[in-house]
Amino acid sequence: MATVGRACLILALAVCAYGIVASLYGARARRPEWVESGRRSVYALAVLSTVSFVVLQIAFLRSDFSFAVVASHSSTTTPFFYRAAATWSSQEGSLLLWLWLLSLWASLVLFLTRRRLRDVAPYATATLLGFGAFFAGLLVFAASPFGLLAAPPQEGVGLNPLLRHPSMMIHPPMLYSGYTLFAVPFAFAVGALIVRRVDAEWIRATRRFALAAWFFLGVGILLGARWSYSELGWGGYWAWDPVENASLMPWLTGTAFLHSVMIQEKRGMLKVWNTSLVLATGTLAILGTFLVRSGILDSIHAFGASTLGIPFVTLIAVMIAGSIALVVSRRDVLRTEHGLDSLMSREAAFLLNNLVLVGLCFVVFWGTFFPLISEAVTGTKAAVGPPWFDRYTVPLALVLVLLSGIGPVIAWRRATVANLRRSFMWPVAAALVTLVALIAAGVTRNVGAVIMFVAGAFVLTVVAQELGRGAAARRAMAGEAPPRALVNLVRRNRRRYGGYIVHVGMAVMFVGVAASSAFQHARDVRLSPGQRTSVGGYEITYVRPTTRISQRAGSLEKISFGAVLDVREDGRHLTTLRPEKGYYPSQDAVGLGPVGRFFEGESTSEVGMKAGLGRDLWTAMSPDVGKMRPLIDRGDKAFAAVEGKIPPAMESALLGRAIRGLVQRYENQPPPATFRVISSPLVAWIWIGGLIVFAGGLIAMWPAADAAGRRVRAGYAARVARELGRA
Amino acid sequence: MDVLAPLIVIALLALVVLLVSAPLRRGGSARMEAEDELRRADLELARDAKYREIRDAELDYRTGKLSESDWKRLDRELRAEAIEILRRLDEVGGGSPE
Amino acid sequence: MNPARKRRIRLVVALSAALLLSSALIYTSFSASSEAVTPSRLAAGADSGRAYQLTGKVVEGSVRDIPGGKSFRVRDRDGSTSVPVRYVGAVPDPFREGREVIVTVRKQGATFVGERDSLVTKCPSKFSDKQQSTQR
Repeated sequence: MATVGRACLILALAVCAYGIVASLYGARARRPEWVESGRRSVYALAVLSTVSFVVLQIAFLRSDFSFAVVASHSSTTTPFFYRAAATWSSQEGSLLLWLWLLSLWASLVLFLTRRRLRDVAPYATATLLGFGAFFAGLLVFAASPFGLLAAPPQEGVGLNPLLRHPSMMIHPPMLYSGYTLFAVPFAFAVGALIVRRVDAEWIRATRRFALAAWFFLGVGILLGARWSYSELGWGGYWAWDPVENASLMPWLTGTAFLHSVMIQEKRGMLKVWNTSLVLATGTLAILGTFLVRSGILDSIHAFGASTLGIPFVTLIAVMIAGSIALVVSRRDVLRTEHGLDSLMSREAAFLLNNLVLVGLCFVVFWGTFFPLISEAVTGTKAAVGPPWFDRYTVPLALVLVLLSGIGPVIAWRRATVANLRRSFMWPVAAALVTLVALIAAGVTRNVGAVIMFVAGAFVLTVVAQELGRGAAARRAMAGEAPPRALVNLVRRNRRRYGGYIVHVGMAVMFVGVAASSAFQHARDVRLSPGQRTSVGGYEITYVRPTTRISQRAGSLEKISFGAVLDVREDGRHLTTLRPEKGYYPSQDAVGLGPVGRFFEGESTSEVGMKAGLGRDLWTAMSPDVGKMRPLIDRGDKAFAAVEGKIPPAMESALLGRAIRGLVQRYENQPPPATFRVISSPLVAWIWIGGLIVFAGGLIAMWPAADAAGRRVRAGYAARVARELGRA
Repeated sequence: MDVLAPLIVIALLALVVLLVSAPLRRGGSARMEAEDELRRADLELARDAKYREIRDAELDYRTGKLSESDWKRLDRELRAEAIEILRRLDEVGGGSPE
Repeated sequence: MNPARKRRIRLVVALSAALLLSSALIYTSFSASSEAVTPSRLAAGADSGRAYQLTGKVVEGSVRDIPGGKSFRVRDRDGSTSVPVRYVGAVPDPFREGREVIVTVRKQGATFVGERDSLVTKCPSKFSDKQQSTQR
C-alpha cells in the first residue's frame, strides 16, 4: 500500500501545480471554466491527501513495521488508541497531517465562497495550492512517510510514553488546524491585494475561518499547557519554551486581526494594518510549523530535523518579501476612509488593543529568537529566561485585560462624559470594592496579581452589565420577557456576545494565572517512608511505597514505583495522594541488560493531585533508583551468563521473576524519594476560563441559521426564475 | 496487494482527471448563466451584511455606544446603501443577461 | 489645533513610545540573557556569579544524589571536557546519563550551581531519527 500513498503524494504535487496554473490563467484570461477547474484541483488535492493519510494511518494502526516511520514511532505494545496519535509524532506524518488539513480547510472555504469574490478567489486558490505544493513537495522529495524497510523489524521503537496522554491525541491536530486555517485568510488577503479589491468583502468571506483558526490554535495551546501540568513532573503550565512561543505568536496577531477587522468593516479604517496583520499571521503560522520541525532553537521539544531548514526558510522569505511588496505596491487603494476622531473612542481602544497584542507578539518573538539574534550581533549565543519574558508580558497582559473591559462599552467615534458615566460607573465601583476587599483580606504581597484581580472584576461587571442592557434594549424593541430576550439577544448577535463571553473567559483565565503564579508554594524534598514535610499549610507524610508491574500483549510494559502520601490540614486528614513514576524499557538496548534497560529508557510521572476550585495540591515523586543499582546490575549479569543457553520462554519467565524480585525489594527496603509538592491557588480557573473562552468562540463562530436558510431559499428562487425565463 | 496497488492508483488518477477537467469539458453554454447568478449571489450577501449593520448600529445606540446624532446619521447612510443594493439586485433579477 | 497637526503629534508620540519600549526590550534582553556555552568554554574560564546557559551531555556514571537534587558532570557534545554541576530541585523525567541537557548555571567555587527549574532535557529518540538528532 505504500506505493498507493507515494503515488497519491506525487499526484497531489502535480494537481497543485496544475491548479495554480489553471487558476492564474483563468483569472488573467477571464475564463471562468479554468478558474472552476483550478478550484476543483483543491478538491482533488483533498481526496488525494486523504487517501495517503488514511494509508499511513492504517499502517500505524496495523503496526506494519515495513514502513520506516511506523517502525521508528510505534510498536505493538503501544495502546491502539495512541497508535493513531503516533502518526503525527513523526516528522513525515506531521507534514502529511499539515497537507491533509490544509486541503480540507481550503476545499471548505472555496466551496463556501464558490459564488462570491469571483475576482479574488482564483488568486486565493493559487496561493492555497502554493502551500499545498510546498508541503506535497517536501513529502515527495525530502521526507517521504512511505519509505519502506528492506528488513522490517519484529517490534517498533514505540511512541514515547510521555506522549501517551489523551490531550496529546488532539493537541497536535488542533495546533495544525489552527496553522492551516490561518492560511485561508492569508490567501484571500493576497488575492484581494492582487486584484486591488480591499473592501471588507474578503474579510467577511474569511472571517469565520480566521475565527476558527484562532479557536483551534487556542485549544491546542491550552491542551499543551494542561498536558505539561499533569504529565510532566514539573508542575508548571507554561515555560516560554520556543515551541510554545511559536504557537502563541500567530495566536496573538490573529487575535489582533479579529479585533481590527471590525474597525475596517464599520469605519473603513486600518486597511494597511489589517492586511499586514493577516499576512504576518500567516507567515508566523508557517514559522511556527518550521520552529517545531527544525530544531534551530534549543527546546524541550527537540525534534531536530535540519534537512527541512532550507526549504522552510525559503518559503518564509518568499512570504515576507511577497507580503511587503504587495502591501507597498497597493498602498494607494489601502488609504483609510476616516481618521481617528478621538482618543476616547472605541476605535482608539481597539487600536490600543492591537498595539498591545502586536507588542506582546514582538516581545515573544524577540525572546524566542534571541539566541539567533545575539549570535548574529555579538557572536555568542545567549538566551533569555522566563523572568525576562515576565517583565514585559505581565504589564502588557494587565493592559490587555483592562482593555477587554473598556472596548465593549466605550462609544464609537467619540465618547461623551454621559457615555463614560453610564458605561463605567458600576464596573469601576466593582473594581474598587474588589480592591478594598483584597486589601482588607491582606492580599497585598504581589501588586501585579492584585491589579489583575481588580481588572478581572472590572471586566466581569462590564460584560454582565452589557448583557443586561442588551436584553433590556431587546425587551424594549421586541417586547420579549427577560430570559427570552437574553437568549435571543445572544442568538441574534452571536459574534458580538460570543466575543464578550470570550472576554469573560480570558479575564477568568488571567486571574487564575496571576493567582497561581503569585501565591504558589512549592517544595522539593527528599523523604523516606514515615517522614513528613509541610507546604503551604499542608502536612504531608510519606506513608509507604507502592509498586506496580504493567503488562501489555504478553510482555512487560512498565514498572511503576509510587508512594502513598497522607495529606493533613490543621491536623485533620484531608486526602491521600498517590504519585508514581513509571519506567519503560529502553528500546535502543545496546549494552543494556534486560533488567537495566527499564531504568535507562523513558520514564513518566503520574502526578498525584487534589484539584479544587480554590486550590490544587500537586505532587510528583522520583524514587532514588540509584540505590538499587547493585541489584539491577546483578540481575543483568545473571542474564548475560545464561543468554542463549536457555529457551526464550524460560528466559522471559526468569525475567518476570527477576523484575518481581526487584519490585519486592523496593517495597521491603524502599530507598528515599524526591518529592515535588506544589500548592497553588485557583489553577482550576485557568482551565475553566479556557472552557468559557471556547464556549464564547463557538457562539461567535456558529453559523446563523437564518442566513444559511435564506441563501438556500434564494438559490431555489433564482432557479425558479431562471427556469421560468427559459420556458 | 501488489496487483491491487497499481489499479487503485490508476483509478485515483482517472478520478482526479475527471474531477478537474469537468468544467473545461462542459464548455461555455452554462457560463453566461453562471455569471448572472454569481452576481446576484454577491449582491444578496451584500444586502444581508448591510441589514446586519443596520441592526447592529441600532443595538449600539440602544446600549449607549452611539450618540443619538451619530446613530441617526449612520442609519441614514446605511439605509441609503441598502436601497442601492436592492436596486441593483432588481436589475439583475428582472433584467436581461449581460 | 487643526486635525492634521493633531494626528501628526499623536503619531510622533506613539512612535516614540514604541521606540522607547523596544529599546528597553533590546537593552534588557542583552543584559539579562545568559550566554549559551559548552562545557569546554566554561572549563576554560568563567566569571563567578554570572549566569551561563550550559548545553552538553550528562557524563555516564557521574550522576550522584545530593540532598534535594543531583550532582553530575556535563561534557561537550562531541568531546570529553566536562564540568561539575550541582542541581537542587526535581530533575525532569527524561533526565538520564548520556542525555543532552540545557541548564542555567552560575559558578560557585570550583563547581557550577544550576538554577532551580532551569534544567531541560532533550529527548533524542522521541521525535526524530537518531542520526538526525546528533547533528545540529
